[in-house]
Amino acid sequence: MKINGKEIKIETATILSVVLEKQGFNLLKIAVMKNGDIIPKAEYDKTTVNDNDSLEVVSFVGGG
Amino acid sequence: MKIILNGKPFETQYSGLFEIRDKYFDSACITILNGFQTSDNLTVKDGDVINIIKKGVMPHKEELESLMAARHTPEVHGTVKKSRVAVCGLGGLGSNIAVMLARTGVGYLKLIDFDIVEPSNLNRQSYYVEHLGMYKTDALKEQIKKINPFIDVCCETVKLTGENCAQLLNGCDIICEAFDNPETKAMLTETVLSVFPDKKLVCGSGMAGYESSNKIVTKKVMKNLYICGDGEAEARPGNGLMAPRVSVCAGHQANMILRLIMGNEEP
Repeated sequence: MKINGKEIKIETATILSVVLEKQGFNLLKIAVMKNGDIIPKAEYDKTTVNDNDSLEVVSFVGGG
Repeated sequence: MKIILNGKPFETQYSGLFEIRDKYFDSACITILNGFQTSDNLTVKDGDVINIIKKGVMPHKEELESLMAARHTPEVHGTVKKSRVAVCGLGGLGSNIAVMLARTGVGYLKLIDFDIVEPSNLNRQSYYVEHLGMYKTDALKEQIKKINPFIDVCCETVKLTGENCAQLLNGCDIICEAFDNPETKAMLTETVLSVFPDKKLVCGSGMAGYESSNKIVTKKVMKNLYICGDGEAEARPGNGLMAPRVSVCAGHQANMILRLIMGNEEP
């Protein structure tokens, strides 16, 4: 699968929140698109990703 | 010869800018020919747009419109005037962005913030000592009225949440994210992209401290999502938010909003 264009290897269908946490993302400070669709935070634990999926993850830092 | 004088069609026999000025106004007035302020007696041609204004005096609505149209070109001015932008969060980014958009002539601004002006805001936010204790929405509306009294400003003094977001932002074409808190930034991004798939969202992320200005960039990261900033420099103890870099980022966001208004989707 791909995260922000980078190839990541996953063996089986995996829960989205597990994949994101393993990649070091703070789940509260990101917005995620899976194959072009926005995934709300409430769905992170219910969504699975497969090896042919593509994620776009935007991370925010504080300050404004 | 037919010209546009201070926003109105006008017929004159004079072809020198100063002759027109001296005939219909007085020699102390400022002369602007097709958006260019000049102190030379330039030749006026048929169809030229001329503004002759008294120094230091507030012009009438038509005159101000004509001045801005001449500065920005009539096409840009007309398009910007029709645009509707929501600014979410009125801190260092949002207050400066709102002021820039007002100066640019954005016709409708929705200002959203629940907080009041505090002394610690004055190092970077567009507020004055006289605003301390006021709601940021009201303080900013007051400033915008002094910059361009003909802009329609709508204040929403509430905390933007996932629940009220859709109702508050409905009716605006472009949404500007200008919060301080990264979790709120993420919440707004997620909500706008899912509820309003056709609206454009321009966010800020990473502008603390006094690292190089050149690290601050505008990126298009998803369809309809733009992020300005260096993506890294978060506000934390020892690396606070300061006026110059926050203003650089605010300028990036305001210019991206202007580009989107003009139909240019490239960052």
